Amino acid sequence: MKPVAPKPMPRRFHQARWDEPIIFELSQPGARGVLVPEVEAGIKEEAGDVAAKLPDALRRKTPPALPELAQIHVLRHYARLSQENLGVDLNIDVGQGTCTMKYSPKVNDQLARSPKMADLHPLQDETTVQGILEIMWRLEQFLKEISGMDRFSLQPGAGSAAIYANVAMVRAYHESRGEGRQRDEVITTIFSHPSNAACAKVAGYKIITIYPDADGYPDLAALKAAVSERTAALFITNPEDTGIFNPHIQEFVQAVHEAGGLCVYDQANANGILGITRARDAGFDLCHFNLHKTFSTPHGCGGPGAGASGVSAEIAPFLPKPTVEFDGTRYFLDFDRPQSVGKIRPWYGAAQNILKAYAWIMALGADGLREAAEIAVLNNNYLMKKVLEIRGVSAPYAAGKRRIEQVRYSWEKLFAETGVHSEEIGYRAADFGTHYWTSHHPYIVPEPMTLEPTESYSQADLDEYAAILKRIAEEAYTDPEIIQTAPHNSTGHKINHEAFDDPAAWAVTWRAYKRKTAK
Amino acid sequence: MIFGLIVNPIAGIGGRVGLKGSDGLETQHKALALGAQPQANLRAAKALEALLPLKGQFDLAAAAGEMGETAARQAGFTPRIVSRPAQPSSAEDTRRAALEMLNLPVDLLLFAGGDGTARDICAAVGTNIPCLGIPAGVKIYSAVFATHPQAAGEIAASYLRGERIRTHEAEVIDLDEETYRAGTVVTRLYGFLQVPYIARWMQNKKAPSPPSEPVRMEAIAAEIVESMKPGRLYILGPGTTTRAIASRLGFPKTLVGVDVYRQDGVAALDANEDQLLALLQDQPGEIIVTPIGGQGFLFGRGNQQIGPRVIQRVGRGNITVVSLAEKLHALKGEPFLVDTGDPAVDALLAGYLPVIVGYRERVMYRVAV
Repeated sequence: MKPVAPKPMPRRFHQARWDEPIIFELSQPGARGVLVPEVEAGIKEEAGDVAAKLPDALRRKTPPALPELAQIHVLRHYARLSQENLGVDLNIDVGQGTCTMKYSPKVNDQLARSPKMADLHPLQDETTVQGILEIMWRLEQFLKEISGMDRFSLQPGAGSAAIYANVAMVRAYHESRGEGRQRDEVITTIFSHPSNAACAKVAGYKIITIYPDADGYPDLAALKAAVSERTAALFITNPEDTGIFNPHIQEFVQAVHEAGGLCVYDQANANGILGITRARDAGFDLCHFNLHKTFSTPHGCGGPGAGASGVSAEIAPFLPKPTVEFDGTRYFLDFDRPQSVGKIRPWYGAAQNILKAYAWIMALGADGLREAAEIAVLNNNYLMKKVLEIRGVSAPYAAGKRRIEQVRYSWEKLFAETGVHSEEIGYRAADFGTHYWTSHHPYIVPEPMTLEPTESYSQADLDEYAAILKRIAEEAYTDPEIIQTAPHNSTGHKINHEAFDDPAAWAVTWRAYKRKTAK
Repeated sequence: MIFGLIVNPIAGIGGRVGLKGSDGLETQHKALALGAQPQANLRAAKALEALLPLKGQFDLAAAAGEMGETAARQAGFTPRIVSRPAQPSSAEDTRRAALEMLNLPVDLLLFAGGDGTARDICAAVGTNIPCLGIPAGVKIYSAVFATHPQAAGEIAASYLRGERIRTHEAEVIDLDEETYRAGTVVTRLYGFLQVPYIARWMQNKKAPSPPSEPVRMEAIAAEIVESMKPGRLYILGPGTTTRAIASRLGFPKTLVGVDVYRQDGVAALDANEDQLLALLQDQPGEIIVTPIGGQGFLFGRGNQQIGPRVIQRVGRGNITVVSLAEKLHALKGEPFLVDTGDPAVDALLAGYLPVIVGYRERVMYRVAV
């Protein structure tokens, strides 16, 4: 018998392309997924007109314009769409730098789906939900140990919600000292996550942005020129989105503290520093983690995420309420917090994500957390070595220095020599079954690419990803056309980004789509 | 759709032989005698090659002979001839050809040359039609050129693909070659061209597209106007960002001049240094400038009216820089430059200055010593 032929690398990927219409277009008037049986005469007589009590104001004049489909067509529609997607379970998901796309163990999903968890309701009496309250309390103890902070709130429903909670606490702190009006500026850096500037601005702060110095580190002299009696806080990521760790972070903290401002550490992605550095040890007053990045709960495509806001003892009175407390025998919710910034979201937090993060930490233990960070850093530096061997790519800034958990690369040279843009490399990467991302806006690094391998991927995975990039770079020099007309083997098509940018063209509902295309 | 092409055949001829420019017949003869090879036609052809796959979907109008026709034919096109230049051609021919293109009108005028060529195009068509430079000259101070010839072709191709193209007014800057050869740099802002650009968005929906340029300029203007105080003079340097401030106040602004406002009215339009000093005799003032072109000059390029004495009188703390953030990014970490003509004033300006980049958004940016 002949052996099966070896598989070539990069693989000959071909994704499903179903040409699937929008579900509204599949609607057949009168089609139904479930035929509700007629009510028996006796019951009808007994119950009367059950809808009669509905007030007129709540009654629709016309039925909602929902799609009408049989079950099989609904199932088929969504199964097809799922085949036209990529994700951690399908591809080597190292191409979405800054997002920490690690593997989330399935057993944790099972725990979260179990009836013990899924049947809980936040309005239940505390005595009947001691289990989940204990998990919340214990997760807070873990996060305190990991960050060095004194208290945490698990209430924020996303990373940006946690940043917003931190902004709210900064404001409450300064107001409590009578400096609320005077301190109206928040300082951040251009390579910190843009949510820091955005949240502070939404809360009414003026934003001062620090640019990198010649070596790519946040410019300490610029910070010193920016701080004043108007400084409310510094919101900073470290390592920044470039993967470069700011060695002067303590001097940053010191300069802001001397001006009377607070220091807030964006640790949404703490994947390279778990068990190695702690926010409080560097002098920070507040920090936050995204449980859906570092702590392995799924990203959930826009929700539910979970953010955890950590604070020093001095800021603790301002934490969102309620907090979860333990008196030695029972767990309870404490609403009696007069200086609290209030609620950040309904109820007490994304309980299923809190459970998953708790389970993940319990499975690894303290040594395991540090090992996860070390492997993430090792993987990143291994991939960086492989990537920098590829023609046309570079890692700007901090020449000769290692990166922590991710790298923002630049294809500037490749673009200058071939005319191929970084975005186009992304379209071509889809032809090999992988995802690829450039960077946040604005593109400070020209023709950017941000890779973050996390601890989840094997050496073979990283070799495969690097081989795909190498192949695409070779194509750029020999046959740029194949890249510029990509994707060829993917579901997709090129997206016309104009619509994202034009209120007259964007449509997030079917109704808006029909209205805007009718003209 | 009609594209126009004008080539300044001698653009860039002085560069490789070290003549720092190609203005003037004598320089051109000298360059040729030194063995210079004309590059402009090659570079124009290179830009047009990006359009070859779309041949047949557009008309190409070109000036005759070396001023466009040659490059077009070299790239594989048969252009419509709209203007017949003299032999040898001159700046006057560039202006005449540009006027013909305006009269057609072309949907996009591509021109190969340098700052001198951009000046001639600007003098002829102003901001009436979209124009884009194919970089071929020695001096490229103006912000009206594509980064390289292929990029110019790429932008023209996206017109044909029906993509919505944005244009902005970009600076036409030129320096005096005579003094440049003597070692002094004196630049002037000659005007603005309507230049198309393609904003490169990321493919990730996590990151929303930024608002358009005019909206962001308005945000900058709102921030400035909100902080204005009565009884003060506001000296606005040239540029589209500073013009947005005047528009928000409801006052006219000369694009290339230095204009002075009070919160409630115009104090002077197109003021020179002496007029500025005279105005500052009676009232405290503030200076609002935007970095000029790609070099990041705050003072001494295109706004020499705001001379060292004016800056001294106003004081460092009353200088505000306004800029779209991408102008800062384009500097790639290089600091702002100043060249006021007085080294003591230049030293005074060194250090960090706040740059207003949006409403309630600023950046601390370094001014070089």
